[in-house]
Amino acid sequence: MTGTTSETAPQTQASAPGGLVKDVVTLDRVVIRLAGDSGDGMQLTGNRFTSETASLGNDVSTLPNFPAEIRAPTGTLPGVSSFQLHFADHDIMTPGDAPDVLVAMNPAALKANLADLPGGGLLIVDSDEFTARNLAKVGYAENPLEDGSLEGWQLVSVPLTSMTTDALADSGLGKKEAERSKNMFTLGLLSWMYHRPTEGTIRFLERQFRRKPEIAAANIAAFRAGFNYGETTEAFAVSYEIKPAPMAPGTYRNISGNQALAYGLVAAGVRSGLPVFLGAYPITPASDVLHELSKHKAFGVRTFQAEDEIAGIGAALGASFGGALGVTTTSGPGVALKSETVGLAVMTELPLVIVDVQRGGPSTGLPTKTEQSDLLQAMFGRNGEAPVPVVAPRSPADCFDAAIEAARIALTYRTPVFLLSDGYLANGAEPWSVPDTDSLPDLRVEFATEPNGTDAAGDPVFLPYLRDPETLARPWAVPGTKALQHRIGGLEKADGTGNISYDPANHDHMTRIRQAKVDGIAASLPPTEVDDPDGDAKVLVIGWGSTYGPIGAACRRIRRSGRSIAQVHLRHVNPLPADLGDIIRSYDRVVCPEMNLGQLSLLLRAEYLVDVHSHTQVRGLPFRAAELAAVLQDVIDSTGPEVQS
Amino acid sequence: MTTHPIDEHVHELGMPAFDQRIADAVARSVELGGEKQTTLKAKDLKTDQEVRWCPGCGDYVILNAVQSFLPSLGIAREDMVIVSGIGCSSRFPYYMNTYGMHSIHGRAPAIATGLAASRPDLSVWVVTGDGDALSIGGNHLIHTLRRNVNLTILLFNNRIYGLTKGQYSPTSELGKVTKSTPMGSLDHPFNPVSLALGADATFVGRAMDSDRKGLTEVLRQAAEHQGTALVEIYQNCNIFNDGAFELLKDPLTGTQWSIPLVHGEKIVFGPDGASCVVADGWGGLRVAETNQVDEADIVVHDAHREDPAYAFALSRLSSQDLRYTPMGVFRSVAKPTYDAMMTDQLEDARSGQPADLDRLLRGSDTWTVEA
Repeated sequence: MTGTTSETAPQTQASAPGGLVKDVVTLDRVVIRLAGDSGDGMQLTGNRFTSETASLGNDVSTLPNFPAEIRAPTGTLPGVSSFQLHFADHDIMTPGDAPDVLVAMNPAALKANLADLPGGGLLIVDSDEFTARNLAKVGYAENPLEDGSLEGWQLVSVPLTSMTTDALADSGLGKKEAERSKNMFTLGLLSWMYHRPTEGTIRFLERQFRRKPEIAAANIAAFRAGFNYGETTEAFAVSYEIKPAPMAPGTYRNISGNQALAYGLVAAGVRSGLPVFLGAYPITPASDVLHELSKHKAFGVRTFQAEDEIAGIGAALGASFGGALGVTTTSGPGVALKSETVGLAVMTELPLVIVDVQRGGPSTGLPTKTEQSDLLQAMFGRNGEAPVPVVAPRSPADCFDAAIEAARIALTYRTPVFLLSDGYLANGAEPWSVPDTDSLPDLRVEFATEPNGTDAAGDPVFLPYLRDPETLARPWAVPGTKALQHRIGGLEKADGTGNISYDPANHDHMTRIRQAKVDGIAASLPPTEVDDPDGDAKVLVIGWGSTYGPIGAACRRIRRSGRSIAQVHLRHVNPLPADLGDIIRSYDRVVCPEMNLGQLSLLLRAEYLVDVHSHTQVRGLPFRAAELAAVLQDVIDSTGPEVQS
Repeated sequence: MTTHPIDEHVHELGMPAFDQRIADAVARSVELGGEKQTTLKAKDLKTDQEVRWCPGCGDYVILNAVQSFLPSLGIAREDMVIVSGIGCSSRFPYYMNTYGMHSIHGRAPAIATGLAASRPDLSVWVVTGDGDALSIGGNHLIHTLRRNVNLTILLFNNRIYGLTKGQYSPTSELGKVTKSTPMGSLDHPFNPVSLALGADATFVGRAMDSDRKGLTEVLRQAAEHQGTALVEIYQNCNIFNDGAFELLKDPLTGTQWSIPLVHGEKIVFGPDGASCVVADGWGGLRVAETNQVDEADIVVHDAHREDPAYAFALSRLSSQDLRYTPMGVFRSVAKPTYDAMMTDQLEDARSGQPADLDRLLRGSDTWTVEA
């Protein structure tokens, strides 16, 4: 079942837990999807299983998928929430195209997810929830558990709800309350099936419910009951073992994208020696960055929940004027509101990090789904010529490094910087090799402390727009600094003095120099990494942001089939790396998969006059590696020998 | 502030003494340039920029009053920041030799909030107008007031859009004929003082541009106030709304229709003190003939009253044609400031568990892969 796409055959060995002789099958990878009602705690269950799995040393990648409604009507299709995780004994890049195992907590979850479960896959359902009423809610005329319609799958019907309430009969909890622990029963069962360590979850439950010990006890009891049920029931004859993945030596933890991004900002504060000031307005899927940063006041992180998106970025810019590392976090609709202030930051040339955790658009769009469709908004969504650097993380853990890089650019070049994460990165999680903090980039910058010019009379003056010849950054003189008082603002500045200037030649000069400053960032970037292991690829696939995993997995498939393909993944979308043009031109074909309608492709074509093949998808979900591999295969096949030189 | 070698504290223990580098830069500038000058004259606050308001604009009078008044605070000009939005009044920072930011329309209170919250050592001022503060920036204004961030907002109210050449503003009287309302405006105006009090502002005052003494007194109290102070300044736009406040400026009618507010004194006004303010029996206030009421019934102004309803009632005495307009400080109450509370939280957090980046990044669930 779970070994269908494995490279190694499952190995079976007998074991005798709990007196029953049960087989243990060794697998190299498994994809599990947990699906239930929004109120069933599927996200929590998924996160706990992920933590158990990561601590065992498997490589893991996750895909939470939940509705925008907090509690859609119980048992309905719009209320279905799911969590998919892929874990393996080797390095993996995606949460998996399709599950090997589907756990459906009710008929709605079954109906919404069954189509994704390949034939023969393991299907575990809570039979208690398949009542006439629940079946009717989602339009099942017959009970699929009984009508034979699930014959193509390995169906295991388990009365999860009633076994949970039975296990908690002596807990003193009411039936309704006891039923809420069925997710922990399920987690216990899965933990047995996949040999997951249980101590972490028990510790977690004790911590989580330390003020409600009876709830903690009930959840732990349900969790253990689920585990014991697996061990003793005849419904499951085998359990599975997935050996730890070989990983580089180091200390690892499991981390989500939003958490990594927040940690990156804290680290940027420490490494720059500057206080971090976050101005933010709650918005899905960025709010968790606000939540996380608000916990780290001990690092001098000030978080300000503003009255709106505009005030969030305004306060961050005001704090930057005062010498802080100003940050604002939002998603696409919030960026639209912040645009005018981004322009002010361009004009005043102050450091500012704008985090856009992208979601499906336009307008309110798909708040809980992922998309990469804000790239052009980040690039061009302002009045006037207002260039802003754009940095994008490639994986959940990479959000940490990308945040530090965004801060580096903002501080070094005194500019607003867009950090484009997305919903998939934000909520997805993976193991992270915790870095040695001394090895993180040194982000220290010098504030101006004395006049830097002389006036006509030869007296010392401060010229707020006198630029560093290398970076073209202007001096950062914070209020309070003796003798450097100056006025900045949104009106065009005279070169050097920063006074208001309507002079045509000055405006032309200043417009070009602001552009040159951003373009010049390319000089600080390392050479672009081209992953072309065979060295003879004709086709280059180029991406940015969260498509790294699916593109990388697709490239592996192509290479396993004996073909060659090269991959470049961009950390910096603006400015583009200086060597990118030569790289692109050295391949016969360039393919650019994106979760938008071809925004990077547009930029690449404009920049390099190369006919980039754009492959796009906006389903609110990441690409599937197999589908992407098929697309790349087609391009390789159509490139053909006749165009090979 | 004491002097610390730059960077000394930054990387020890994996944590920054978080505002230390800012303090270091300030200290270094003093080493290089000498002690900050806290005994200033008005001319020390002027810049070399040509003032470009229309001749006769009320903004000149306010600028002069502010430049004359600020030195009395004993604050160095390096420690003052003026943040403005967009509009005629918002050109103000360019003419003040302090730190300043001429920002974007309506957003000055938000920008100043970030600055004041992260730099409690500064004296932060917002200069705004009736369109900037009450129309496009209305949201920021009310939220800044309720938060009580330590900054002073000077709202120049000329009851017209000047910089865009004469459209009606959110304080223009109903029926006002302007370029955009040839048949008269349909908007009921805001009373800025009522609005601020509705947002629970801890300090609200009102003054007239041409009344140097009254304006200076309100500014003095506003500057001393800890928290957000809103000062509405009636300002004449002699190009697009000339004479808007003539009723109050004219020596004859001004005495009749202005109600001077002095904390601790009975509210009596008009020629020979003929009018006064008394309770209206419905929880509000009304104007009465002084000789028709018991002296004991005349309201004694109490700007420190906790309940904003009293100050609000005062603000409602005036109508949109400016009759019975109280001038002075309506409300001045002490409440914790946002920036002080934020600083306290940071200090508490630091004393609880020292910041350790390595520990933060590792978290509680790690595993180790051996070489």
